[in-house]
Amino acid sequence: MARNIKKRVLPGFGPSLGFTLIYLSLIVLIPLSAVFLKTSTMTPHDFWQAVASPRVVASYKLTFGASLLAACLNAVFGLLLAWGLTRYTFPGRKIVDALIDLPFALPTAVAGIALTAIYAKNGWIGSFLEPHGIDIAFRPAGVLVALIFIGLPFVVRTVQPVLEDLEVEFEEAAASLGANRWQSFQRVVFPTLLPALLTGFALAFARAVGEYGSVIFIAGNIPMVSEITPLIIITKLEQFDYRGATAVAAVMLVISFVMLLVINVLQAWNARRYGRNV
Amino acid sequence: MSIEVRGVSKTFGTFKALDNVSLNFPDGELVALLGPSGCGKTTLLRVIAGLEHADSGRIILDGDDATDKDVRQRRVGFVFQHYALFRHMTVFENIAFGLRVRPRRKRPSEKEIRAKVERLLDLVQLSWVANRFPSQLSGGQRQRIALARALAVEPRVLLLDEPFGALDAKVRKELRRWLRALHDELHISSIFVTHDQEEALEVSDRIVLVNKGRIEQIGKPKEIYEEPATAFAYGFIGPVNEFHGRIEGDYLRIGNERLRHHAEHVKDGQQVVAFVRPHETEIVTDAVSDDGITASINRILGSGAVARVELVANGEARKGRKEFFEVELPETQKASLGLSPGQSVKLRSRRLSIFPEQNGTSAP
Repeated sequence: MARNIKKRVLPGFGPSLGFTLIYLSLIVLIPLSAVFLKTSTMTPHDFWQAVASPRVVASYKLTFGASLLAACLNAVFGLLLAWGLTRYTFPGRKIVDALIDLPFALPTAVAGIALTAIYAKNGWIGSFLEPHGIDIAFRPAGVLVALIFIGLPFVVRTVQPVLEDLEVEFEEAAASLGANRWQSFQRVVFPTLLPALLTGFALAFARAVGEYGSVIFIAGNIPMVSEITPLIIITKLEQFDYRGATAVAAVMLVISFVMLLVINVLQAWNARRYGRNV
Repeated sequence: MSIEVRGVSKTFGTFKALDNVSLNFPDGELVALLGPSGCGKTTLLRVIAGLEHADSGRIILDGDDATDKDVRQRRVGFVFQHYALFRHMTVFENIAFGLRVRPRRKRPSEKEIRAKVERLLDLVQLSWVANRFPSQLSGGQRQRIALARALAVEPRVLLLDEPFGALDAKVRKELRRWLRALHDELHISSIFVTHDQEEALEVSDRIVLVNKGRIEQIGKPKEIYEEPATAFAYGFIGPVNEFHGRIEGDYLRIGNERLRHHAEHVKDGQQVVAFVRPHETEIVTDAVSDDGITASINRILGSGAVARVELVANGEARKGRKEFFEVELPETQKASLGLSPGQSVKLRSRRLSIFPEQNGTSAP
């Protein structure tokens, strides 16, 4: 059989595939499959009880809804930030550029506490918003703010290199053919950025779904209102309800996987549509 | 359409890219902007297109002042060295781009767009690639599509920035013949930038020779080649042998040798630089007079009816010279002279062109 395999130019196909699979198994697949194994010991009734109680369902809605919204907002404003950072030079640009990465580096609990302090009714920003009847901390809006905070660098950092490589020639060509600024952005620049933007969006979304540390401080964790799914899992663990915790985790995993798969398919479709090799 | 450039200057930081350039491009001609890299020729083209704004001076297109108009309003077709085709669009959509972005009132119908794109694809002889993406085309095909795209908006003038610069030698030759033929068909006023003198000589109706942000000479290819107006023009266009020396009556004194010249407007004792083309240089084996530069034959390259001889000067003329002297002579003459490598001979000139010595006049 080995003889039937076509000769490859790059050597080491066997070892590298083997390594990839073993590594992926140890780090990702085995721990994750443990979740499903543990869950499979439950009766269907118990499982349903654990994953479909109204409080848990409310937390799914909040987690996935807020994550999706945060990823969308990040895609828009992350793109603007990346644009500003690549297209213009201004004093302090390097510092702003470095600031973008902070949400990566900051312990999430620190971020959560800082955001809470600022957005609480007596905080710097919160005290300005409060007279207008806008409450952010200890509400779903607070969850959204935290998720935007931690997701932003993903979009900026994926779009930025593509923007830097995008030669002005393309925009000049568009302009010489009569396109105005908006047409040239919409028809020439944006389609070029779209794959990177989708990747950044997917990363920001995935990160937001799993986020725990920064959210629990600002969310207030009111059952049915501002309680996120990861917190439900922790709560169940603290009550020694390991099966219940893994069941909810399994549901989260499946939903996340499906959503990421959809984004990937979208990417591939986009790439094919534009004649690039997938 | 006529293009007029009036006193245009442009600096980038401390670098003077264009220094008070004025010229007129005649209607319907294919003009080459020729010069070494960094001479300002691309900047001039971009200023005409409106992709770059001059620090001072005016650009007049078709009699009206276009200086303050932006590239969208100038109706110029611009072709980039690296094609700048939109990668995410098919060839068809690339060509249709300029029609689709028109304001709704002026936009042609889908049927008209289709017909026009097909006509342009026929014109560039690539109708079979309409549904491909630029990444699936060869360099020469991409450049032809880029040209079709520029023509789609019916520009008043076509500007090409090193259009063949990124192509290999064979495709480049084909494409420039093709461009010449296309121009003869369309008669649209065109300017193309090149650093390749052979390309400029072969393709253009007229050459504008640019050096250091200034215009050295304007003329038909034949004039530029045969009557270079400046030392720079001589050195840049075509192969040339260069001598530095002092005028002594009818001779050019180089160290303890001398070379007869036939120039009239020269002063005795003047330091000069002299040029002679290889085919106007003679090899003498049985010299009796002291006219001529002694040199040794390094190599003889013969192919066909013309032989090329490379020589190294033995005396003062060798100083500061990196290249060989070159002589072109008929194969029969080479045979009758009995030349062979290593042999010592004398070089004479049938026509020496003399320019006063200045800093920076040596051939590039």
